[in-house]
Amino acid sequence: MGSLEVWSLIKQGWRRKPEQEDKVRRLISNLPYEDLRRKYQPNRQYANNSIKTTKYTVWSFIPMNLFEQFHRFANVYFVVIAMLNFVPIVNAFEPGVALIPICVILILTAIKDAWEDFRRYQADKQLNNMPCSIYSRKEKDFVSKCWKDVRVGDFVKVVCNEVIPADILLLHSSDPNGVCHIETANLDGETNLKQRQIVRGFAAPDGSFQPEYFSSIIYCEKPSNNLNRFKGYLDKPDKKKIGFGKENLLLRGCTVRNTDEAAGIVVYAGHETKAMLNNKGPRYKRSKLERKVNTDVLFCVALLFIMCLIGALGYFIWLETFPDIPPFVPPDSNNNYISPALSGFYMFFTMVILLQVLIPISLYVSIELIKVGQIFFITNDIDLYDEETDSRIQCRALNITEDLGQIKYIFSDKTGTLTENKMVFRRCSVMGIEYCHRENALRLGAQCETISDDEDIVFQKPKVPSRLQYRQKKGISSLRRSQSARTHMGARYQSEVFTITNEVAFSSPLETDVAPDRRLLRVTCDEKTQIQEWCRVSHCNGSASFMDFFLALAICNTVVVSTAMLPRQRVHSSTLKTGGRLQSLLKRMGSLSHIVNSFQSIPEKSSKSRSSLKDVKEEEAEDYSDSGSNNPSRRNSSASHHSEEERGTVSDPNGLCYEAESPDEAALVYAAKAYGFTLLARAPDRVTVRLPQGAVLSFEVLDTLAFDSTRKRMSVVVRHPITREVVIYTKGADSAIMELLDCHENQAEENKRKKIASKTQRHLDLYASAGLRTLCIAKKVLSEQAYDDWASIRQEAESTIDNREELLMETAVHLETNLTLLGATGIEDRLQDDVPATIAALREAGIQVWVLTGDKNETAVNIAYSCRLFNQGDMVFTLNTDSREQCESILDCTLGEVRRYTAPSQSWSFQSIVGAVMPTESTGPTFGLVIEGRTLSMVFEAHLQMKLLELARHCRSVLCCRVTPLQKSAVVKLVRNKLKVMTLSIGDGANDVNMIQTADIGIGISGQEGMQAVMASDFAITHFKHLKKLLLVHGHWCYSRLAKMVIYFFYKNVMYVNLLFWYQFYCGFSGTAMIDYWLMIFFNLFFTSTPPIMFGIMDRDISAETLLGLPELYKTGQNSEFYKRATFWIVMLDAFYQSLVCFFIPYWTYQGSDIDIFTFGTPMNTVSLFTILLHLAIEIKSWTAIHWGFMVGSVLLYFIVALIFSAICINCNPPSNPYWIMENQMADPVFYLVCIITTVVALLPRYIIRVLQGTLALSPLVQARKLDRLSTEARDQQIKNWKSQRSPSEVPTNLVSPVDSFSNSFEQSFYNSSLEREMPDMQWDSNEETQNTFSKGHRRSISTMTV
Amino acid sequence: MASGYSAKEEDGHHSGALGPAGGAAVRSRKPDNTAFKQQRLPAWQPILTAGTVLPAFFIIGLLFIPIGIGLYVTSNNIRELQIDYTGTESSSPCFACSQNYSWNMTTPCVCSVSFSLDQPFESNVFMYYGLSNFYQNHRRYVKSRDDSQLNGNLNSLKEPSKECEPYRTNDGKPIAPCGAIANSLFNDTLALYYNDPNGTETQIQLVKRGIAWWTDKHVKFRNPVGDDSNLTAIFQGTAKPVNWQKPVYELDSDPENNGFINEDLIVWMRTAALPTFRKLYRIIEKNSSTSPTLPRGNYTLKITYNYPVRSFEGRKRMILSTISWMGGKNPFLGIAYITVGSICFFLGVVLLIIHHKYGSRSSSADLTH
Repeated sequence: MGSLEVWSLIKQGWRRKPEQEDKVRRLISNLPYEDLRRKYQPNRQYANNSIKTTKYTVWSFIPMNLFEQFHRFANVYFVVIAMLNFVPIVNAFEPGVALIPICVILILTAIKDAWEDFRRYQADKQLNNMPCSIYSRKEKDFVSKCWKDVRVGDFVKVVCNEVIPADILLLHSSDPNGVCHIETANLDGETNLKQRQIVRGFAAPDGSFQPEYFSSIIYCEKPSNNLNRFKGYLDKPDKKKIGFGKENLLLRGCTVRNTDEAAGIVVYAGHETKAMLNNKGPRYKRSKLERKVNTDVLFCVALLFIMCLIGALGYFIWLETFPDIPPFVPPDSNNNYISPALSGFYMFFTMVILLQVLIPISLYVSIELIKVGQIFFITNDIDLYDEETDSRIQCRALNITEDLGQIKYIFSDKTGTLTENKMVFRRCSVMGIEYCHRENALRLGAQCETISDDEDIVFQKPKVPSRLQYRQKKGISSLRRSQSARTHMGARYQSEVFTITNEVAFSSPLETDVAPDRRLLRVTCDEKTQIQEWCRVSHCNGSASFMDFFLALAICNTVVVSTAMLPRQRVHSSTLKTGGRLQSLLKRMGSLSHIVNSFQSIPEKSSKSRSSLKDVKEEEAEDYSDSGSNNPSRRNSSASHHSEEERGTVSDPNGLCYEAESPDEAALVYAAKAYGFTLLARAPDRVTVRLPQGAVLSFEVLDTLAFDSTRKRMSVVVRHPITREVVIYTKGADSAIMELLDCHENQAEENKRKKIASKTQRHLDLYASAGLRTLCIAKKVLSEQAYDDWASIRQEAESTIDNREELLMETAVHLETNLTLLGATGIEDRLQDDVPATIAALREAGIQVWVLTGDKNETAVNIAYSCRLFNQGDMVFTLNTDSREQCESILDCTLGEVRRYTAPSQSWSFQSIVGAVMPTESTGPTFGLVIEGRTLSMVFEAHLQMKLLELARHCRSVLCCRVTPLQKSAVVKLVRNKLKVMTLSIGDGANDVNMIQTADIGIGISGQEGMQAVMASDFAITHFKHLKKLLLVHGHWCYSRLAKMVIYFFYKNVMYVNLLFWYQFYCGFSGTAMIDYWLMIFFNLFFTSTPPIMFGIMDRDISAETLLGLPELYKTGQNSEFYKRATFWIVMLDAFYQSLVCFFIPYWTYQGSDIDIFTFGTPMNTVSLFTILLHLAIEIKSWTAIHWGFMVGSVLLYFIVALIFSAICINCNPPSNPYWIMENQMADPVFYLVCIITTVVALLPRYIIRVLQGTLALSPLVQARKLDRLSTEARDQQIKNWKSQRSPSEVPTNLVSPVDSFSNSFEQSFYNSSLEREMPDMQWDSNEETQNTFSKGHRRSISTMTV
Repeated sequence: MASGYSAKEEDGHHSGALGPAGGAAVRSRKPDNTAFKQQRLPAWQPILTAGTVLPAFFIIGLLFIPIGIGLYVTSNNIRELQIDYTGTESSSPCFACSQNYSWNMTTPCVCSVSFSLDQPFESNVFMYYGLSNFYQNHRRYVKSRDDSQLNGNLNSLKEPSKECEPYRTNDGKPIAPCGAIANSLFNDTLALYYNDPNGTETQIQLVKRGIAWWTDKHVKFRNPVGDDSNLTAIFQGTAKPVNWQKPVYELDSDPENNGFINEDLIVWMRTAALPTFRKLYRIIEKNSSTSPTLPRGNYTLKITYNYPVRSFEGRKRMILSTISWMGGKNPFLGIAYITVGSICFFLGVVLLIIHHKYGSRSSSADLTH
């Protein structure tokens, strides 16, 4: 106890600041102390901004690296053994020689580490020397310095498009509103702009910033890695406290956009910045294979132990057999003889040294080298490259490549993973009337094709140069940032800002253009005639609700507006007019949006109303009046697009770009725009919308209640510019909104509203069943008094420091009540390319695909059908219940039902569980399972997991909808732990991070939803379809290569070491090696090390085309067929056999002759080299020039080294005398005769077995290899035959292109089906009577199951 | 360990670092579409099937059997005679000598063994001494030598390697040659007499040069070179190995076969691989092309019995053997070749049957049914 206290006292003494510093960070301006030395600096105890991510320095490299390397058990083992050699009584080798292998391994690793560290050092240096502007009191201005000079308390200025050097509290912005936009893509990958505000009360009226007068003390929290948490307060000299939060903080690594300049005081620098604290090291996962290898290494250890024990016992017994001390057992240096028992004990350790190679020292290094090579090939695969974003596949976890070949379960997110997450507005329902936007649907259908053609051309065009030329012409730094939203994902990994930019991706007409529904357009137009009335009458009556609906679409969001020409340059009057020189760019923009939206030409609005509106326009709206008055002429000419281009007017609304946090928002804004409600600009307190009439309304934004997943909605509180009412527009999930609708006092009104609500609900269900994402739009008018009351509560909540989030949410919930439903929207999330084909292939490969989505049941089921997760013939069970008892009984019921169908074909279910043999699918129906999040949690609560798993195992696919991120990971964990299978999770959003991290392999899709998923993932791809090649080809290759190589490695060492072991029986177990030590060490290090590595990187047992054509080949990896326990022991037996042959054939040949030890060992060494290499040759499936090179090179190297070594080493290597032995042997014909016969005998069994396997062709792998030898056409034909033979039911007769099939079913469902339709019809083959009964039973089961 | 590659990329802010210099950085990350990077290198993809490997088996069979027969015949043509003279049995002429064994016997014990040759030895006859159960390959024994001393290094002569312990120094003087191997040098003397049918006993000329490897004799083993050419002077200040009766410079009267380059010593120093071994002792050269080297008849082997083997229950032999291109008599290799050749041939036949039965399956036709 006492010592503890002393220790804490000492610790306190060492601290430069008292204990209270732990909770808050206190800092003041550095300026008054500018020229003082460091020890007088007020903020000296905080980290400065120079970063050091290197692990080592020049001096500490050797000790630290060694220390790290000795964390690996294997290295310690080998060092201990090498050290054991220095104990004279047990040494087997020359002590120095024994150190060589471990030293080589350590040095190789150290070189690699040093190189990596050097790269880090260079990157650090580059970062530290980046320029930035720091305020200097002497100069009275910002002076240019380096990032590393920035200290906490400095005032730093950042200009537009500059990267922020440290975490800065924003005190000044050139923006009149006091905001500064930053892009956090570098941090979290989100490409939308975020607004940051200057600390309250620091907005200088004249726009100047004078750091000298900053005299407040800043208190803020300690550095933490939470990007979304930051709070603190300023202590002003006048004792006033001003709170600030994360919206006032500019984060290091972000880029300033749309703001000319911003300045602030540094609060965290260097390693204490949030960006650096978030920068965790790479992930280390251990692959399944590696775990297996480790257990087998333990087997080897056990084997070694047994062999050493035999040696020790043997030595003891051998010594005991002599009646007297023989002359060949020399006494120790003191002329004493050690007792046989003790000698035997020592001999144990000598044997350990001698046979140490049994534990493959170079295995781990080899595996790592192989994985680096495999990753090289994966990342270089052109098929996994995405042109659109110019990004390759990223392998972030470097040591689980082979796990890709063993996946049994895939857990996939839906949105953004299966679908593109490119939201397209499809339908809407306003005031209970459905507008199906048929024209838009047609347009989309047509556009899909044109776009895909178009895109091809665009991509192949040398786009980059033109872009570059343009940049050079401009030469303005402010144009530095011109990436598109999606390009960015790939770009940030390139450590370069410039990448190919693709405007198509940025604003594909597919997403941005919406063809308005004629009917709805008419309604809105009609409504426009009422606008004057609306303007006059302050009361908002029902007829204006169309207006409200679109206004809500336009303003109830967090979309940031920028122009397309200068992306991220906020729309500002000045930029609006600088468009003249952007003509060339504009032309291209125009050409890209070549589909002119004819519906855009909205009838002219009378100038009268415009002028009347002008009166109420706010000052800022004046900025837009020009563009507003331009509009009529623009619209007139919109049919003749080119004339407008010639004028180069940038005020073209097409030039407006919306950057939204979620793509749905943007889709809604674009939809509103199509109806004339154009969002023109958004400031923190103001949002400007142009109405169809051309009038521009500027709403004062009183508050924004941001979206969160608990509320599932967001709201904006605005003051209507005309009516001056406080209006709340809310949009959110239907479940969230529908509960909050108000009850009107007026009975008629109430009924009307109820009717609308129920109608809308029906529409919502319809949308959902069509796979659309639904949102409800609602509004509420607040009385001034009510708002004031609420605002004060809100303000209070905002100013609190503790649990502010909770309070803010409470206030939001408080406000969002009694809403009036305006309508609902249906947004389509298009399926990604080739998703159905990929899923079909994966399933054929024996992989179960589960989809876990937060979407609602109907949407998810529909997507599941369209991506062929469920087939039309499948029996789909839906588990949807709230009560535990029901849940259990339903599970039992369903299980019983499933068992009934599977029972007759017991073998099927058995096989599918064991997974050893391809199940013969045709015996029964296939099942699908849909489970709701609530039910899922019930299952977990009631410990019904095993039942669920049992059920799920019978199902082809499982779909979990409405699940939370936590549930997603729980499901993955359940399957992974209980079924003991390899799992893979794939997702693109932050809500998938849990799941990605839980699975054995996490795959992130670098899509639209930011980088969190990618950051958490092991591999990052751009499209779901890439999964097919990644798993089926690279997974198979990586796994088969590595598994075979590891097996081979074990074999190689055991085989070689056993030669030495057999010799012990003829040298009195004395630990003699008959092979020269050097040659023995070189044997493993050089002669036989490279071929297996080459094999592990490059061998290609089956071509990629065949693997893709026959996904079922993947099952070999799933079932670990290349590396089973049996495989290990068989190869051990083979190794024993081969070593026996390699020892005893030379032994009997030279028995009784006058051969000396090392001459005796030379043929053995040579023979084992041949055997080991030819053994590999039998295993190599494809011989390229590289294979030949390595194999022949290894043999040549051996002979050259051995010849040279024995020619020059006269007495250099006591006690073995290699001198002239090799030459002598090679002059002896018996040597060759021995070599030939031994090699033949040693390899004969393996060869015969391989021949039989090849001849009988029982395994699909061999058959597939035979296919590879055919010509391409013949192979394709054979693959088709094969498939039809294996699983006639599996192959879809006509694989319709996904887009077609989806849109077809979509349209049909709308035009033909009734509203009661809940699920696509289950159609069974009519000629199968039994199946017809299934069908009935199935329908019944659906109805009973769904509770 | 397999880390770091992506570590930097995760720094987040990194991408901004190259910003201003970016013009040159516009480079597509598209992987090169080369055969190597896309893993499409032209490759030979053999599939081991009965059909393809059949020829190999027959070729092996057809090659190995003649080779084996040749080897077997060659081995059989070698004449070999072994005489065990250990003398552990009381009936043995060397029984008396074997009983009072000691390394430091002053009076030599001589015994003679008679034997007869049924068939003459035609070509050069190699005379070996053979030891059984003598583990010259014991690890510590093998190490117990100083090669640089034997190579004539004067420093090593005075300061032998530590490996020689405890046979490194004797009475403070360095032992030359040091170590357990040298110390246990085989020191029986064998002499061969031909008993003419007429009763006279003629000693057969035994050549003692040329029994060691040429490279050993001329490169690896060298006498130390001093100011004096006299070996005695050079070895002044060294001690003889404890078990030796004579110092190393008195091993032979021939200066070319004395000291470290004494071939008996060199042969002994080349430690045998297996506990039962033979070492070349002398060569009986063929004198005339007409008469055999060793004609049929009776012979007497006279042994100066010095070497004790009772401590390890060893046996001592004298071996007379002619030699062929494949060395001494050993039928194993020939039999092995014949056997393996036959097995391969048999396997070839089996594979032929398999090929006929299942060969059609290996063609693509089977995939369709």
